[in-house]
Amino acid sequence: MDGVAQLQKQLVDYTASLFQEGFLDEQFNQLQQLQDESNPDFVVEVVSLFFEDSERLLNELAKALEQKTIDFRKVDAHVHQFKGSSSSIGAQRVQKVCIAFRNYCEEQNIEGCLKCLQQVKHEYSLVKSKLETLFKIEKQLIAAGGSIPT
Amino acid sequence: MSSNNTENWMKDIGVLDHPSGVGEGSTTSAATNITALVVDDDSVNQMIHSKILENLGIQNQVVRNGKEAVDLHSSGNNFDLILMDMDMPVMNGIEATRKLRAMGVRSIIAGVSTCTRDEREQKEFMEAGLDDFQEKPLTTPKVVSILQKVNKKC
Repeated sequence: MDGVAQLQKQLVDYTASLFQEGFLDEQFNQLQQLQDESNPDFVVEVVSLFFEDSERLLNELAKALEQKTIDFRKVDAHVHQFKGSSSSIGAQRVQKVCIAFRNYCEEQNIEGCLKCLQQVKHEYSLVKSKLETLFKIEKQLIAAGGSIPT
Repeated sequence: MSSNNTENWMKDIGVLDHPSGVGEGSTTSAATNITALVVDDDSVNQMIHSKILENLGIQNQVVRNGKEAVDLHSSGNNFDLILMDMDMPVMNGIEATRKLRAMGVRSIIAGVSTCTRDEREQKEFMEAGLDDFQEKPLTTPKVVSILQKVNKKC
């Protein structure tokens, strides 16, 4: 009983901190609301899909920016997609970097783009590890017999 | 709170087939007789948009670009609601909307896109034949507002 209450508190506090620090925004709440008993793993599934897509996009971006002649439209297209999917799951900080990234693409500013690539990689790996921690706590809570507070 | 709103709108526009359970215990959404098509090239968005519709009791299909949407209609399929992304490979949302309207498709077409810097592009999208436009990311309330808005027009 104590264990469950403690885990629940841990989950609530950790989730709150992610919102406070701007890693997640309201859209993540929307995702959680879509989850129900018929689809109890919905959030994990969507976020996993986001991770897969993101890793692919980051590779494409790195490749595109390594070219002798950079195709900025291609880079912009990838960033646009990354911005879209990160905003769909509520990964606010990643989304913000993508916005700056797109501006550099428009200016055809190589240095700016490379800087943003590093930044977006960094923000992505941060939010990824935060979300993985969140899901781990949820799993522990459920294993201890508790339920995720709505 | 939100579940009451979604069930009310369904009653309002008379598409509630059978009443869903009352109270917080109810998790199954009422089935409606509305069908929808999600047109989006991003798999994360496909999953989310489809789930939003599913939770509202709306049967839906998903395609990856405008051409697939047009082809579906060419082979005789029809949907009450189409959620059309703007930026897609092969055929984008603007072109797809134009083609569908030219084919005589009378469905509700709602353009969905990330906040475009280009207002002209958004205008072009509307003029291609949209009934509504929503900024991404989509949420359940946004989809409900599309349906309510169009219902008021009728």
